[in-house]
Amino acid sequence: MLLVMSSIAYFMGRRRAFSVAQGKLRTLHSLPAYYGLYVAVWCGLPALLLLGLWVSFEDSIITHLVVAGLPDELRTLGPDRLTLVVNDIKNLVRGSIVSSKPDATMLAAAEHYRSLQSISHAAMFVVAIAVAMVAAAMTLTRIRPHQRARNAVERTLLWLLIACSTIAILTTVGIVLSVLFESIRFFRAVPVTEFLFGLDWSPQIALRADQVGSSGAFGAVPIFAGTLMITVIAMLVAVPIGLMSAIYLSEYAGSRLRALAKPALEVLAGIPTVVYGFFAALIVAPFLRDNGALMGLNIASESALAAGLVMGIMIIPFVSSLSDDVMNAVPQALRDGAYGMGATQAETIRKVIFPAALPGIVGAILLAVSRAIGETMIVVMAAGLAANLTANPFQAVTTVTVQIVTLLIGDQEFDSPKTLAAFALGLVLFLATLVLNVIALYIVRRYREQYE
Amino acid sequence: MSNAAATLPAAGGAPRRNVDIINAGMARRRAAERRFRLYGRVAIGLGLAFLVILFASIIANGYTAFWQTHIRLDIPLEASVIDPDGKRDPEALRRADYGGLVKQTLRGMFPEASGRRERMALYGLVSTGAAFDLRDRVVADPSLIGQTVSLWVPADDDIDMLMKGNIQRAAPEKDRRLKDNQLAWVDSLAAEGRLETRFNVDFFTRADSRDPELAGIWGAAVGSFYTLLVTLLLSFPLGVAAAVYLEEFAPRNRWTDLIEVNINNLAAVPSIVFGLLGLAVFINFFGLPRSAPVVGGLVLTLMTLPTIIIASRAALKSVPPSIREAALGVGASPVQAMIYHVLPLALPGMLTGTIIGMAQALGETAPLLMIGMVAFIADIPRGAFDPATALPVQIYLWADSPERAFVERTSAAIMVLLAFLIAMNLFAVMMRRRFERRW
Repeated sequence: MLLVMSSIAYFMGRRRAFSVAQGKLRTLHSLPAYYGLYVAVWCGLPALLLLGLWVSFEDSIITHLVVAGLPDELRTLGPDRLTLVVNDIKNLVRGSIVSSKPDATMLAAAEHYRSLQSISHAAMFVVAIAVAMVAAAMTLTRIRPHQRARNAVERTLLWLLIACSTIAILTTVGIVLSVLFESIRFFRAVPVTEFLFGLDWSPQIALRADQVGSSGAFGAVPIFAGTLMITVIAMLVAVPIGLMSAIYLSEYAGSRLRALAKPALEVLAGIPTVVYGFFAALIVAPFLRDNGALMGLNIASESALAAGLVMGIMIIPFVSSLSDDVMNAVPQALRDGAYGMGATQAETIRKVIFPAALPGIVGAILLAVSRAIGETMIVVMAAGLAANLTANPFQAVTTVTVQIVTLLIGDQEFDSPKTLAAFALGLVLFLATLVLNVIALYIVRRYREQYE
Repeated sequence: MSNAAATLPAAGGAPRRNVDIINAGMARRRAAERRFRLYGRVAIGLGLAFLVILFASIIANGYTAFWQTHIRLDIPLEASVIDPDGKRDPEALRRADYGGLVKQTLRGMFPEASGRRERMALYGLVSTGAAFDLRDRVVADPSLIGQTVSLWVPADDDIDMLMKGNIQRAAPEKDRRLKDNQLAWVDSLAAEGRLETRFNVDFFTRADSRDPELAGIWGAAVGSFYTLLVTLLLSFPLGVAAAVYLEEFAPRNRWTDLIEVNINNLAAVPSIVFGLLGLAVFINFFGLPRSAPVVGGLVLTLMTLPTIIIASRAALKSVPPSIREAALGVGASPVQAMIYHVLPLALPGMLTGTIIGMAQALGETAPLLMIGMVAFIADIPRGAFDPATALPVQIYLWADSPERAFVERTSAAIMVLLAFLIAMNLFAVMMRRRFERRW
């Protein structure tokens, strides 16, 4: 509707510009289309802003009015019960299932809600259209040949662009706030020290006091240890393979092998992680278990080894492509100097290029570690759920991401420490990866500046 | 240099020259060189081998899912069962007891099955979907009532697994999912030519189901489509606008530096954290519906924005400044130069980056788990606000299912997902080849 009005406003503005110019288009400051756009912007934007505000405040105002209209014995209930009642009324309005049998007062309240809603919708429609028409008419009558319409339109456009670019900031703020807010609520129930240093994790809360095996302990050390172990296994796979293939591709390989092998390795990074998870859970884990049994090793079918191994495979391209870039950035003069001294190619790489590229490579490895810590699907599908504190890679361990997923999947109430614990873990995860990323980006940037 | 250098004086007693020392070391150094090269080759070989093993095992596990065993039944459509009033009312036709007809047909074919348990085993030969197939057939053509129709219906997943060799006949009966009497019935069906493996159309046209033989990926594919549609509609304009501002108009100050650091950092935040954001903000705060593609699209938008912004900025950077200067020189305003001259030249690069971002979004699972797109949904979603799952989530759900038949379906779904991803990436590469310009 607003779109149609804005396009009408555009054409009217353009026509108005032509008529104001009286056939002498040269006298206009801007092209006629800009006058049209100017009117259209004034027609559309204020009304759109109004709509946004209206929709965001509509619900709370209507709820307030409905609550005010409820009979006294309902209004004097505690705030918890009152929200329940309000939820029931809203469910009645939507026609879905309600928790209790609707009585006369509830039905009346629902009817009240519905009528307020329709009034609000109608009013919103009328007001928005009125605002659009008034604004369009005002700008339309004010069009003059010397008006700087183009500049006004361009200024609006620029502000829109700025608004778009702040979304990145808003996202970060949103992440921090949402995770932090729920974490603070969690730490009110469970002390921070217990969460960070406790050795026992069993987030099931007892529903009855005498229930067995539901202590509700929130010591996250076993989870951190499990995450660390899987990450270490992954890096043990990814770093040697990734680094050596980067060295071979950048220093030895001919252009044909390079053109073939580099994209092929990068395909590994493009495969969805859920595919790796399936591969780890259904192919690698049984393979390890059966072979381990042959060698007399007792490997659990959800062993840390399987998850870490597959995660390592996934991370190879991160290590290899980043270190490839880094080593290509080492100046040719260093290489030529080493060759001139009679060093072999391998000696040049090991003693000259590698030390020169070391900061960049460390940065690449840190980025890969951050990727491994935050990786979810592989460990959800291939690692265990029970929080074992163990150093044995053949046993099942659990990770931060696995716990977040298991705590948040399914039905959940938003005030139990169990769900809030997931947000606390999310906060730890976010902070850990943030620190790693910042350090890595800083190192890589410093390193680039060194050779530029 | 230990061995050769130590033996030289002992052998000849001649004075040692430098070149001898060097030559003595050469063999060792060359060997080190060869070893180092070998390590590199082994590393690349391992990387490529992992890739091959991954693809090979998934294809080997999954290609059989594109075929499905069907059983031919000759079902007498008795008017007294389907349409007792004889009015051919479509609603009544829809509600008739087709399951009973199928069971009756099976009893007729194998009258030796007696007793409750044996009959249940007999009915277990065909899928519960057989009754729906029969219903659709009758509703589409009511004139069939009273005749006997010959219908290929999907077999139960255990029969399917048996025909594909995944259930061992040699195993003792109590360890087998199919009992001896069922095997005998299957053999006699096969002898009569009533068993056939056909292309598995259901897999591509149905939504999820608890019965493997009826489970398909179409529902998840549609869910993925709506999710990606929302993502594309939001992230492309937003990403391009942000990139244009940062690259072309933004002054260099603390604020824009902050935005830049933020974007680079967001690109490396774990995807599950975006899921937490979606859960806390979009679902709890704004009250959007759980499991809906629109929320998934919003979360994936935030996730792919950094990718698109970074790619779009690179595309804008590659447009030579002379283009801008020429436009400004003939009197265009900076915004006009941008819109009419720089943007069209940068657009192919931006689109390539967007396609790659979309491919990432298509394969993303973890944030969708957080916002409840893991529910079991047996209907095909009809809009962005209907509950839905997405392709990778469907893979995750099936991978968790215990039935053997779901393993091959999971692999097949992975193949479909990978086919989409490969197609998208190839398209991006082709666009890059086609529109790449060097100035």
